[in-house]
Amino acid sequence: MKVLVPVKRVVDYNVRVRARSDGSGVDLANLKMSMNPFDEIAMEAAVRLKEAGQVSEVVAVSIGTDACQDVLRTALAFGADRAVLVQTPEAALEPVVISRILKAIVDEEAPRLVLMGKQAIDDDCNQTAQMLAARLGWGQGTFACRLALADGEARVSREVDGGTRTVALPLPAVVSTDLRLNEPRYLKLPNIMKAKKKPLDIKPLESLGVNTSTGIRCLGVSEPPARKPGVRVESVEDLLHRLKHDAQVI
Amino acid sequence: MSERESMEFDVVIVGAGPAGLAAAIRLRQLAEAAGRELSVCVLEKGSEVGAHILSGAVFDPRALNELIPDWQARGAPLHTPATEDAFLWLGRQRAFTLPLPPQMHNQGNYIISLGNLCRWLARQAEDLGVEVLPGFPAAEILFDDQGAVMGVATADMGRLADGSEGPQFEPGVELHARQTLFTEGCHGSLTKQLMARFALRDGVDPQTYGLGVKELWEVDPARHRPGTVRHTIGWPLDRGTYGGGFLYHLEDHQVAVGFIVGLDYRNPYLSPFEEMQRFKTHPAIREVLEGGRRIAYGARALVEGGWQSIPRLGFPGGLLAGDAAGFLDVPRIKGSHNAMKSGMTAAEAVFDLLADGAGQRGEATDYRQRLDQTWVMRELHAARNIRPGFRWGLWGGLAHAALETYVFKGRAPWTLHHHPDHAALRPAASSTPVDYPKPDGTLTFDRLSSVFLSNTHHEEGQPVHLRLRDPALPLSLNHARFAGPETRYCPAGVYEYVEENGAGPRLRINAQNCVHCKTCDIKDPGQNIDWVVPQGGDGPNYPAM
Repeated sequence: MKVLVPVKRVVDYNVRVRARSDGSGVDLANLKMSMNPFDEIAMEAAVRLKEAGQVSEVVAVSIGTDACQDVLRTALAFGADRAVLVQTPEAALEPVVISRILKAIVDEEAPRLVLMGKQAIDDDCNQTAQMLAARLGWGQGTFACRLALADGEARVSREVDGGTRTVALPLPAVVSTDLRLNEPRYLKLPNIMKAKKKPLDIKPLESLGVNTSTGIRCLGVSEPPARKPGVRVESVEDLLHRLKHDAQVI
Repeated sequence: MSERESMEFDVVIVGAGPAGLAAAIRLRQLAEAAGRELSVCVLEKGSEVGAHILSGAVFDPRALNELIPDWQARGAPLHTPATEDAFLWLGRQRAFTLPLPPQMHNQGNYIISLGNLCRWLARQAEDLGVEVLPGFPAAEILFDDQGAVMGVATADMGRLADGSEGPQFEPGVELHARQTLFTEGCHGSLTKQLMARFALRDGVDPQTYGLGVKELWEVDPARHRPGTVRHTIGWPLDRGTYGGGFLYHLEDHQVAVGFIVGLDYRNPYLSPFEEMQRFKTHPAIREVLEGGRRIAYGARALVEGGWQSIPRLGFPGGLLAGDAAGFLDVPRIKGSHNAMKSGMTAAEAVFDLLADGAGQRGEATDYRQRLDQTWVMRELHAARNIRPGFRWGLWGGLAHAALETYVFKGRAPWTLHHHPDHAALRPAASSTPVDYPKPDGTLTFDRLSSVFLSNTHHEEGQPVHLRLRDPALPLSLNHARFAGPETRYCPAGVYEYVEENGAGPRLRINAQNCVHCKTCDIKDPGQNIDWVVPQGGDGPNYPAM
């Protein structure tokens, strides 16, 4: 049984980002990029299934520029068997387009399970898994915090408000991973070196014949307003006066 | 204890800075030219190459020209030629232009991000077949039966605060090598052990240091003049303290601004971080930064000892190169070119040693000799008396520097000597507290909002990587005698004395803030702090510093 794990290259979670001065987007120049942490969880889950003998092949796929090869190498170091890069020009693609591209990859690869992060930490969309499942006509188990494969189905415990909800999905299926599913392993140095020799296929986006138009435009990106510095008050009266007249909260 | 895996290389290099990467590239170039197999691996503690690199930087491309002559065609990130230079003496409000000493002329040099240059060098190295492995700090030196260095072991991952193995524990890996090059940069943690074990400092002066605090600003395009270089001395430091500021206009409306304080400063109340903040309020600096926004922050110790502080450079099984040994040229305010050239020279010495076949963990004893014949040592020898001359204060030091430069032209028949920085502090009782202004949040900032911009991260729950040899000494010596100088010299707010439940002060170490500058290991008056590597990939994530 084959598992497909889509992974996205995003700005590293330890890095503070800032909006470009003209508000046209986030300035990514020179920033450290990494695999989306939710995708790492999906990767870890896939590799654990393989180590448990329930999965025979793990294929990682990323969509973007050549730079995305680094997150695919990371996926290979986790334990993916091979990787596919769908090579696109510079522009970041919307989830709706990503789901079309992933559909084309699923048609080629014919996995029984697509395991993916529930959202990317850069745009926080949380859409791709759902749209992919719809395009494929497969069942979906989103926000997975437990996952087991048995008898041709995936048992997925989903994080819902105040608890979990466990569903059984017939395979093939799409499962999106939440934070509590697992804690990804530390990559081992020998595995990182071995990953450099594993197969990584590059497919130009044009070769998939996917429509990339969406009609969606980004109108602006802005930072949250800066917090005003605090002031030291002299007395209770002063505090009350400021709350009443400056802050106007009482 | 879990079993560690091991891997074999011909040469293992510790640290992906300019020295280590230049050495790796040179080794592979030599191997390709000679048609020899030679496996080379570079370990880097940062999460990626460049993540822990911080420099001014005005870069002299001399070594790069020798290493990769077609660097321009290969897209090296040298975008901004230094076009206009000035050396300023600052008074509290005024600035006077001083004559530019010959060492400080920057024609032909470039204003760069050394971090970005290292990222580019790493790609060149990988194209030549070098294994570059960021996120793996070398934590331990390995010795063979004869006591020669036989490689290093990477840090364990997933240890808990008490040192035990956590659920995610992954043991480090042993990298065995025929030769190991230590290019950890200024005051490397393994280099420090090598110095002690092989007595590499016997017969030479102690190393002396400075602490550089740097910020990257995006400025108002109207105030941006790419290629402009400013160096300052004088205010805000007093005349007995060595140091100065810099301001470089890069590309993309970015300006690098920084301040360096010699770590032989005497007043325990001095704070290099706050001197940097104060420096920015000078009209000559403020006029450039005002209306802009700060986009990055970092700090790093640098070597200032020069020629007389260069230790023995070799030992059985390996060599030191770059600022781990200490090749920064203080009057030129540059070191990356020398670091690269020393790495290349080390590579050549090691390559010939290994070619002999008998080179199995021997010592490339001709490295120093080869280096003496390069421009690196000629440059450092000529400049050797300038930094120690500042023991006579700012004006005495400048007058002496002029004498050394213009009259003796670096050939004075004497050599001035250094004293260790940690012994320079005067007791708090005989020192005057410094009243630093409060940060305004637009031009000047506090430590914590600054560290925030260094993207520093240390995984929670790991052992503290700043180790106290004697846990009682901070109170009995640092706090009692020197009023806790570590709370001021640390540019990241790692050290603080806290009082809890009326129990009296206690030193708290916020190791998660550490930007890996190494100042505490250098300046601690009791030499009680050992900086060791934390878990792999931890520390700052500098964008383009």
